[in-house]
Amino acid sequence: MLELADGGSSSLLTWMTFFPLLGAVVISLLPSRNQNLHRWTALGFSLVPLVLAVKLFMVFDRSTSDVQLWTQVDWIRTFHIQYFVGVDGISVTMVLLTALLCAVCVVASWGIQRATKGYFALFLLLETGMMGVFVSLDFFLFYVFWEVMLLPMYFLIGVWGGPRKEYAAIKFFLYTLAGSVLMLLVMIALYFNVNDPSTGGHTFNMLHMMAQANHGEWLLDPTIRHILFLGLFIGFAIKVPIVPFHTWLPDAHVEAPTAVSVILAGVLLKMGTYGILRICYPILPDAAAWFAYPLAILGAVNIIYGAMCAMAQTDMKKLVAYSSVSHMGYVLLGMAVFNEAGITGAVLQMFNHGTITAMLFLMVGVIYDRAHHREINGFGGLGTSMPKYTTVFSLALFAALGLPGLSGFVGEALVFVGAFEVYRVVTIVSVLGIILGAAYVLWMLQRVFLGPLNEKYADTPDINRRELITVLPIAALVIFLGVFPPPIINMIKVSLLNLIAQIPG
Amino acid sequence: MDPILSSALAILFLPLLSYLLLFFAGERLPGRGAWFAVAIMGAALVLALGIFARFWALADPSASYEVSWNWFRIGAFHVDLGLLVDGMTSVMLVVVTLVSFLVHLFSTGYMQGDPRYSRYFGFLGWFTFSMLGIVLSNSVFFLYIFWELVGVASYVLIGFFFHKPSAAHANKKAFIVNRVGDFGFFIGILMFFTAIGSFHYSDLFAGVEAGVISGSALTWAGILLFMGCVGKSAQMPLHIWLPNAMEGPTPVSALIHAATMVAAGVYMTARLFPLFDPAALQFIAYTGAITAFLAATIAIVQTDIKRGLAYSTISQLGYMVTAVGVGGVAAGMFHLTTHAFFKACLFLGSGAVIHAMHHEQDMRKMGGLRHKMPITFTAFLMSTIAISGVPPFAGFWSKDAILGSALAYGMLHPGNYLPFVLTLAAAAITAFYMFRIVFLTFMGEPRDQHAYDHAHEVDWRMASPLIVLGTLAVIGGGIPGIGLSWFDRFVVDPGESDQIATEQMIDAPHQTLEAHRAPGEAYDEDIRLPETQSAHSAEPENHDLEHIVHVAHRRAMFLSLFAAGLGILLSWLTYQRRIIRSDRVLEALPGVHRWLWNKYYFDEVYNAVIVRGVLRLNRAAATFDKVVVDGIVNSAGYLTRGAAWLSGSADRYVVDGMVNATADILRSLGAVAQSVQTGRVQNYFLGLVSGLVVLILVYRTMWMS
Repeated sequence: MLELADGGSSSLLTWMTFFPLLGAVVISLLPSRNQNLHRWTALGFSLVPLVLAVKLFMVFDRSTSDVQLWTQVDWIRTFHIQYFVGVDGISVTMVLLTALLCAVCVVASWGIQRATKGYFALFLLLETGMMGVFVSLDFFLFYVFWEVMLLPMYFLIGVWGGPRKEYAAIKFFLYTLAGSVLMLLVMIALYFNVNDPSTGGHTFNMLHMMAQANHGEWLLDPTIRHILFLGLFIGFAIKVPIVPFHTWLPDAHVEAPTAVSVILAGVLLKMGTYGILRICYPILPDAAAWFAYPLAILGAVNIIYGAMCAMAQTDMKKLVAYSSVSHMGYVLLGMAVFNEAGITGAVLQMFNHGTITAMLFLMVGVIYDRAHHREINGFGGLGTSMPKYTTVFSLALFAALGLPGLSGFVGEALVFVGAFEVYRVVTIVSVLGIILGAAYVLWMLQRVFLGPLNEKYADTPDINRRELITVLPIAALVIFLGVFPPPIINMIKVSLLNLIAQIPG
Repeated sequence: MDPILSSALAILFLPLLSYLLLFFAGERLPGRGAWFAVAIMGAALVLALGIFARFWALADPSASYEVSWNWFRIGAFHVDLGLLVDGMTSVMLVVVTLVSFLVHLFSTGYMQGDPRYSRYFGFLGWFTFSMLGIVLSNSVFFLYIFWELVGVASYVLIGFFFHKPSAAHANKKAFIVNRVGDFGFFIGILMFFTAIGSFHYSDLFAGVEAGVISGSALTWAGILLFMGCVGKSAQMPLHIWLPNAMEGPTPVSALIHAATMVAAGVYMTARLFPLFDPAALQFIAYTGAITAFLAATIAIVQTDIKRGLAYSTISQLGYMVTAVGVGGVAAGMFHLTTHAFFKACLFLGSGAVIHAMHHEQDMRKMGGLRHKMPITFTAFLMSTIAISGVPPFAGFWSKDAILGSALAYGMLHPGNYLPFVLTLAAAAITAFYMFRIVFLTFMGEPRDQHAYDHAHEVDWRMASPLIVLGTLAVIGGGIPGIGLSWFDRFVVDPGESDQIATEQMIDAPHQTLEAHRAPGEAYDEDIRLPETQSAHSAEPENHDLEHIVHVAHRRAMFLSLFAAGLGILLSWLTYQRRIIRSDRVLEALPGVHRWLWNKYYFDEVYNAVIVRGVLRLNRAAATFDKVVVDGIVNSAGYLTRGAAWLSGSADRYVVDGMVNATADILRSLGAVAQSVQTGRVQNYFLGLVSGLVVLILVYRTMWMS
């Protein structure tokens, strides 16, 4: 059960959420000719949330599971809708991740030439949408942000994307929308069946929904609860994406520009698992327990199936996209066990996958900008001509295969440690993922960077300073959190322990 | 913290410092940094020797020092990192830092002129750091971390000449095959953790001792844990990566793929010995013995000097594994130590030869090099004698100890003579193929005159490591009359007697407490567990056991001497005197040669079954994804579009049609109405009245009902 921290009211999150929106408005008012002005303005407006994120990191109270830095005001009084935002341990890392990746992605978008004004305005709007999703504590508000984020994403893929951008954009949009419809239905069902303890009326307040005492009679029927859980779950599963709802992901990634891929894999996928942790689990904890075993199996399927598909890809971006499917499987597996190691590992993996996959997509973007293709078999021996690039990319790849000392390992290991206690066979199957992960990562490394140099790319310039600026901060974080994970673990653990305490059995 | 622990910590982090220095600033350092790396490694060696001396003086194999730091904590779950230093550790520290130091020194000459010279030394530092981590860790979690890190060091160093396709293939193969072993290793760790609730060695030992995990679960957990050793120490059937790993620079082969990293598996098995139950130990013994034998047979037919040494390494690692499996932990660790000396010397010697021969590795093109390279030859020969098990060279003592333990195992466990028989046979084969290498490379007449003319002795940087290691190959096992069985001061067999086994197992946690105890604090006798019989050798009485062990060791010594002599004699007759014609032998045994030449077809079978199978499965998954999963999504899309078209058409033709039709009907009705509108009042009135009548009738009917 989640409560508001006393005296924790703050406007910090509101600033973080809406500052980018302000930026979007400002950019849309700028003259459309001056592209550099758009870039720098966007950078400025995305750096502010990053600075605020640093402040958030510092002021966040790690000793409590209460909601902190909250703001609660009435929005649409008739329907008991509030502007209600705040963070706890489950959401705070996602907010930090969003702020970081958005700032990085603005720099990574420097090379965008076409309609920069629209691009950066939409990008900042996207940031507002994502931020809003992670801070909302009112279900209606959450839903609004969820949809707000969809629209700029659709245009960013559909306008600035690759050859099959329309197909990819529409697929992404409709798929997510289908999920949102289910979410909408469940949201309305909850609205009518949860009572606000202070007024006795209906409510969208998630905290009220989480308090089981506020649930109306209709909501007490286990069958109803399971159906509601599944409705929400499928909506979120599409976002994660859980196999078999994942096929929008490779298409969207392949067509999206680099920075959008980074956001897509780094932040958007986390909304799915975040939604499950924020909404499904605490509101319907008994259904969560009932659904745990299938969820663990889905996690294992994601891990193995994603890795196998990754190995068969010849397009670097598709390979990375499928590796995301595989890595999100670790998150699912960890979430399916309600013990300390498992669930902490899952949330840690959410954060770390965000940074690692961002590195991977940034690195693929670097070579794509130079070679204008991403065929794994079309390169070879780049280690000779681009040594720095090879080093950084290798670091990202080793992080992706879960090398100890880099951040990906801690989450993975915790997930396995936690999961093995509960589901032996499923975990053993999942651990096979570490072999498959090594196989697809190293095979790609071999084909692209090792072996004799492909003469076509003998004169390809090595990674440049701007590209290094985008990737090095993330790389530093990946190494730092691999060696010393407590800064993240300590932020999330109290809330997660509180969460698993709610779940029966 | 005890000075031993702080100096161990310094030993651990010095190589990391070397890595960071060389990696980030190497190109800007004078001489491109190699001497900084050598100096740092020298400092680590000095510190390691200090710890070694302390344990030598202590002469107590059960003494240990331990310290832990909390890494992170989540509720009740926590992961600690820590160091454990005992006799076994102190030996390993010296082995690792010594070989690393010498390899660094050797490499300053061997790698000269390489464009990635300082990067190379950086990687060596990285490797040494990771390897020391394995040696020093006090929990399986921490061990696993460094276990993977040495794998990466091995990966980058095997692939150091990555422009060669063979190197680019070899490092990937090494890493992935190792991960297969790590898969089991990790699950083994999970099984022990789940049962006992800790990653700490001492907690795990106590848990097994207390029976928290037992029966087939314990056996399986042990075998899975051992899988890590099968991968890392290149035991069958996961040995296939090590011969390919020879693609790395030869000093790297000496350091990583002969002396230290590949021995990490053995070290782990020895370190975690109390976690293996008799069934798991039996599995370990057989795996090691089969590996020792088969790899030795493959080594006979190798023509590449490094490949020959690689199979020799696999075989020798098999010995060590067998030793641990039969309960001879001390023998295994002892052999690990002496093997590190002579095998590193052999590899560095082969490196000197390859360097002198301008990167020629084919022994068929060598010969007669003893004249040109006397120092290298002498060191190589000393090491060959050592590995062949000739007394009083280092290898004799350790190999004899293993054979003795294996024979004792056979005598104590009736029907289990195979480990002894196989290792004994392997001993003869080892002597045979090692002398074959010596004869082919250094003796006889040069077979490639051009290469021979250019061959030259190496300079002091490469010669001095050979001299040091060659000397240790002679005296490292002990000097008769002065310091025989020095190893007993550091490691003892848990299996040799119940007393020791039990004490060692209990003393591990016990000593921990002692190390942490403030001076003068009372010693709590109650923590000492009752000295019951060990789980590992319960059957015979102490006295009988000692007797059997004694007899076994005496018999084994004679047999091993005989085996070594036989092997050397046959080798001499074949490759020096050429009384036995090797080509005739091969012709007489075509099948045997084919099997050996093809290394028992391990690679072929794996490629045909596993690699190709997995790739096919991957393609099937990808196709399934594209055709079926995405097909359903797209079909749903098309269906929706079809439905939209249908509803669009329906809209246009049916709904709109209906609207239009309504309009039409109304229009025609209007026409009808128009015809009714006659303008005559009576007609209207008639209509009104009749309508009223109808309404009344309808009303009445409804009201009535």
